[in-house]
Amino acid sequence: MSRNENPTVTAAASDGTGHLDQDGLLPQLVAHLREHRTRLRQEWARRIQEAHLLQAMTSQEMTAETTLVYDNYVEVLETGSVEALQHYARDLSERIIPRGVETNEVVGIVLLLRDVLARSLFEKYQRDFSLLNRVLDAYEPAANRIANTVAVSFVEERERVIRQQQDSIRELSTPVLPVRERLLILPIIGVLDRERARQLTVQLLSGIRTHRAKVVVVDITGVPDVDESVANHLVRTVDASRLMGASVIITGLSPEIAQTLVTIGVDLSKMNTIGDLQGGLEEAERLLGYSVARDDGVGGP
Amino acid sequence: MTSPRLFSILRQGLHLIASVHTALDDSQLVRFQADLVERIGADRARGVVIDVAALDVLDSFGSRTLRDIAEMARLRGAVTVIVGIQPDVAFAMVELGMDTGSVVTALDLEEGLAELDRCLAASPLPGP
Repeated sequence: MSRNENPTVTAAASDGTGHLDQDGLLPQLVAHLREHRTRLRQEWARRIQEAHLLQAMTSQEMTAETTLVYDNYVEVLETGSVEALQHYARDLSERIIPRGVETNEVVGIVLLLRDVLARSLFEKYQRDFSLLNRVLDAYEPAANRIANTVAVSFVEERERVIRQQQDSIRELSTPVLPVRERLLILPIIGVLDRERARQLTVQLLSGIRTHRAKVVVVDITGVPDVDESVANHLVRTVDASRLMGASVIITGLSPEIAQTLVTIGVDLSKMNTIGDLQGGLEEAERLLGYSVARDDGVGGP
Repeated sequence: MTSPRLFSILRQGLHLIASVHTALDDSQLVRFQADLVERIGADRARGVVIDVAALDVLDSFGSRTLRDIAEMARLRGAVTVIVGIQPDVAFAMVELGMDTGSVVTALDLEEGLAELDRCLAASPLPGP
């Protein structure tokens, strides 16, 4: 954007003393943007389509959202307060993130709007360069702040969604289920990372205490892979369980995991492992002194 | 000693029940060890339950002392079971790489006594 044609005016306007002028200019600018609202908004929507942004949205939605964004944008220019915009941006992000809208698209459309509006200002004031300079000096910091606010709100919202999902995964991920008196099973599904392994330990050890468990079957059929630190953590968890008087049976070690563990040399000699969950439960019942027998007269389970 | 007792050693049938009431420092641990090993002989105990449920931290000296007690008790003819290790303590002990391999553990006092009975039934010594 050509705004440095007249360096002396720029300097004068940008050093604090230009505030009086800017105070007068912004309302004028806002009035201009309000007056040409429809035309500018359509121009903006056309630019968005040209840039192939926001293709996840239908044209009606686009119209509705661009109108709202436009009004919010002008309002921020007028009041200088970004709070309402922040709120709106977060709200908007909440609606569009599930549709797969990316950060670059959101930033892209805001920058397009900034560009469209700057061009219209340029057109309007191009006859008077010093005035144009002062208008842009008033407009640009506010526009930058708006772009910044929208981008930050979008990213924050996105992070919030990610955190929320992580939390719910965490809650769901390690259930401790009592199957018989003093027998617990812990089915583990999904990748075991350090954080989950740590959480598993906490759940397992406190589960042993609350349920007074003597035997725990940890089923890792659903775990695709483990690395060395997680494997060592598992071994330590098994040791700690033993200190609390419970024996741990690990079931469902996949061939890949077995191979990994042997290759990286984790000491599993103290681990009691059994092929599948069924075998693990049978072994656990044997350890606890249960004997399960089927009634022969009944036609099966 | 005017301060409250740090530990107690009670006799229950053929067994001794040693409860630690509060965190012990190193010299207190040594006294605990000496008292307990002394009592094993004096009471002709066949089993010892050490209850550490009141401890929310156990350092390397503490766990080594427990292991030593178990070993000494074995030499004096008694089986030792350690009970009431808290989850945090258990994991910290393992994390610090403390070798507790040979020590028998159980969840709580009741379990510990049951464990002792099982151990003694498996290896009956010529007793009273």
